[in-house]
Amino acid sequence: MCTYATEHVPATGSGKGANGWFRLSEVSVYFDHPAHALADHTLNLDFINPAQGPAARVAVELTAQTARELAKAIEAALASAPPGLA
Amino acid sequence: MNEALTAETVMIKGHGDAEIEAYLARPDGVDSFGGVVVIHHLPGYDSSTKEIARRFAAHGYAALMPNLYYHDSPGVSPDDAAAAARAKGGVPDDQVVGDVGGAAEHLRGLPGCNGKIGVIGYCSGGRQSFLAACSLTFDAAVDCYGGAVVHVPEGAPASMKPLIGLSQNLSCPLLGLFGGDDQFPTPAETAELSRTLDSFNKAHEFHTFNGAGHAFFSVDRASYRVEAAVEGWDKIWAFFGEHLSGKA
Repeated sequence: MCTYATEHVPATGSGKGANGWFRLSEVSVYFDHPAHALADHTLNLDFINPAQGPAARVAVELTAQTARELAKAIEAALASAPPGLA
Repeated sequence: MNEALTAETVMIKGHGDAEIEAYLARPDGVDSFGGVVVIHHLPGYDSSTKEIARRFAAHGYAALMPNLYYHDSPGVSPDDAAAAARAKGGVPDDQVVGDVGGAAEHLRGLPGCNGKIGVIGYCSGGRQSFLAACSLTFDAAVDCYGGAVVHVPEGAPASMKPLIGLSQNLSCPLLGLFGGDDQFPTPAETAELSRTLDSFNKAHEFHTFNGAGHAFFSVDRASYRVEAAVEGWDKIWAFFGEHLSGKA
């Protein structure tokens, strides 16, 4: 693939980028060529805050299998939290 | 040819006369040369595409790669700038044309340039190479697996339009280098583009490499396919040699 198809998720939280911690405002999610991972395609996550500039970004590139396992693990972790917390 | 070269970052006039960053590589010890505008792929103005610019210089061409993301992300690392551009839905086509046109003018003004200018792009830059060759005057153009020329993929931003309707405006011979396993563009799409160019008597030469998919020229990616890349480079040298040679 080489498209701009991207899911945008409004975000509340923080990320630690090259210049330290910053507040997140958005997560971009897309399946496309990676910049660094050794795979043809990866599930790419950009945790960003555009108001702070393009460098306010935590980037992750995951194989499809890893991304699916991570999605399950996130759901499982949330489900295991005590009632009312998550 | 001794393959000596000089490479540096320069500032050029891009779209709307805005100053943008560009990477210039030019041959040393050569009194006359053609120019090549190199359009980077979606991951941006990165080291691997700068290496491609230096490769052109080692082969006797002045190569200039404008940073298409500089307008919105000056001084930012290429991958962060690319992510920001992607989050905004990419760079507008008219801005690309302005930046590529500025790069071509900069090349024409270099002492020793013979006035013959080509354009080449990879991935999204392949699409943009076709766009530039249909919007500006070039002497040769190369489209390396540019998607969204014939059909725009589902999910692409509304601003991204197919370019096949511009075919009758193609200003120069076109070399197309594609992967037989690529889905963006598919072999069916490139065949459709070829038929359309035939209908307008536009000179073009398309090669589709079996066993290669998208981005087969990218030496630092899993998509690299050595046989297609080596043969593809030979096609490029022959094509630019035919159309960009001559004394200043």
